[in-house]
Amino acid sequence: MSRYALARILLFIPTLWGLLTLVFFLNRAMPGDPVEIMLGENAAPARRTEMRHALGLDRPLAVQYGYYLAGLATGRLGRSLRTGRPVSAELAGAFPRTLDLGCCAMLLACLIAVPLGTAAARRPGGGWDATARLFSSAGFSLPSFFLGPLLILAFAVRYPWLPVSGADEPGSIVLPTLALGLPLAALLVRIVRTSAGEETHREYVRAALARGLREETAFRRHALRNALLPVVTVAGLQFGAVLTGAIITEKIFRWPGLGTLVLTAITGRDYPVVQGAVLLFAATVLTVNLGTDLLYARIDPRVRHA
Amino acid sequence: MPRRVLVLLILGLWLLSSLAAPLLVAHSYASLDLRARLQGPSPEHPLGTDDLGRDVLARLCYGGRVSLGVVTASLFLALCLGSLVGLASGYLAGWCDRGTVLLTDVLLAMPGILLAITILAYVGRGLVPLILALSCTAWVGYARLARSMALSLRQREYVQASLASGAGLPRLLFRHLLPNCAGLLAVQAAAGAASVLLAEAGLSFLGLGIQPPMPSWGEMLSTGCDYLLEAPHLALIPGAAVFLVVWALNTLGEEMAASFDPKGKAIALAL
Repeated sequence: MSRYALARILLFIPTLWGLLTLVFFLNRAMPGDPVEIMLGENAAPARRTEMRHALGLDRPLAVQYGYYLAGLATGRLGRSLRTGRPVSAELAGAFPRTLDLGCCAMLLACLIAVPLGTAAARRPGGGWDATARLFSSAGFSLPSFFLGPLLILAFAVRYPWLPVSGADEPGSIVLPTLALGLPLAALLVRIVRTSAGEETHREYVRAALARGLREETAFRRHALRNALLPVVTVAGLQFGAVLTGAIITEKIFRWPGLGTLVLTAITGRDYPVVQGAVLLFAATVLTVNLGTDLLYARIDPRVRHA
Repeated sequence: MPRRVLVLLILGLWLLSSLAAPLLVAHSYASLDLRARLQGPSPEHPLGTDDLGRDVLARLCYGGRVSLGVVTASLFLALCLGSLVGLASGYLAGWCDRGTVLLTDVLLAMPGILLAITILAYVGRGLVPLILALSCTAWVGYARLARSMALSLRQREYVQASLASGAGLPRLLFRHLLPNCAGLLAVQAAAGAASVLLAEAGLSFLGLGIQPPMPSWGEMLSTGCDYLLEAPHLALIPGAAVFLVVWALNTLGEEMAASFDPKGKAIALAL
């Protein structure tokens, strides 16, 4: 393993630890007593003391913090105050749904952005360029909580082709994917266009043309490969935004994922579930960011040796 | 320049309708009329009424007013905190700087909306928690920018001269460092206004931000989503308002950044 990769992984650990600590202290700093939430306001004092002891809330803060980290290391996240099931089971049910949605949205965004962005960069000022500009400028400002209702209006009222809520029918994922993926595509189009535009004017492309390659081949084999490098980084770093953006998309389309779980938990003051979901979101985002960095070093040797 | 005219027109309309809302609309944003639910446009209610019979135009204007206030307050708090922490960290260097960098790395690694949701989940909902949550997520970018500026400014002769003549930390920060990076911070804030507005609308849409009966575009959209079939205008009107204002703010921010820092160097360095 290269030194670069090792350095990235070493930075990942304090970041994750920082997040865990932040969530722990937010959890302890919240107004309201978890015992009161669980037992109600009129519970007997003896019962409260017993519950407080059972939850470990009567121990010093440092000890609680130690137990918290030890619990996380062994996968114990506590139990949901609402359903009584282990938090890990609740998360395991919802997380794959959110991951499906996030991956589909990311795929859709790349499938739109790469062809449209490169077509725009090939002929600056041409028809595709104008389309890409309009698409990215509109999509950039179109929040998913407005795009979602527009899609529902189009596909439920005008042309009832697709299911608009839930996740039970095979086509259910289409509309949430569009609502989540199109704004991302708008951002990526801009990156692809700029990056491909810069690469086509590089000397190695001119050298390839001088050696007699057709313009098409020179562009595809030489310029495009380099132009897609920044796209990998941006797409990877945006994956976190996609996953958390899914919280809004899931609410619109009643998609039973992690976002719906966390919103229900916040409304019901189910703090163990909120904490578990936030940690899972954050750990996923950090892992994807780390993966992006490592992948980037793998495909671009300049990063490794810099 | 039709695009610039459009941007100014949209922002002007937003500012005017927010500031002069009490003069412009005849109805209160909170007065209920259950006999006139979900109505379309009429002379009495130019943009129709919502599920509780409230005037949509009044709620739109007052919602814009709330957004304007939230965005201004959050950006102000974030700028104050971010520039203070960033300048001090860049100027003092050493362990203080390393600590700040680690803290901002952690916060930047977490998507802003997730951090805001976490804060609102624990602190509670409403206007003040929303402003706090939004500024807690926005200050990091300004801190990074101010830090990178302070790192380069601290070596300048006029800073060294001031230090040699006995100036204390507050004087160095506020008299010498801050004025030299205020312009860039302001440009960054203009570019960030759109994302703060989007976050405010998104959080209110999720029911974690502005609480009814206080109107907000996000909360109006959320209600509109429940009545998409009967009264699509309830979602379309606030949605279009968010879209237009965010587009105008984005465009304004881009133009300001392009004219102030044409190569995008300073901001790219900080992030």
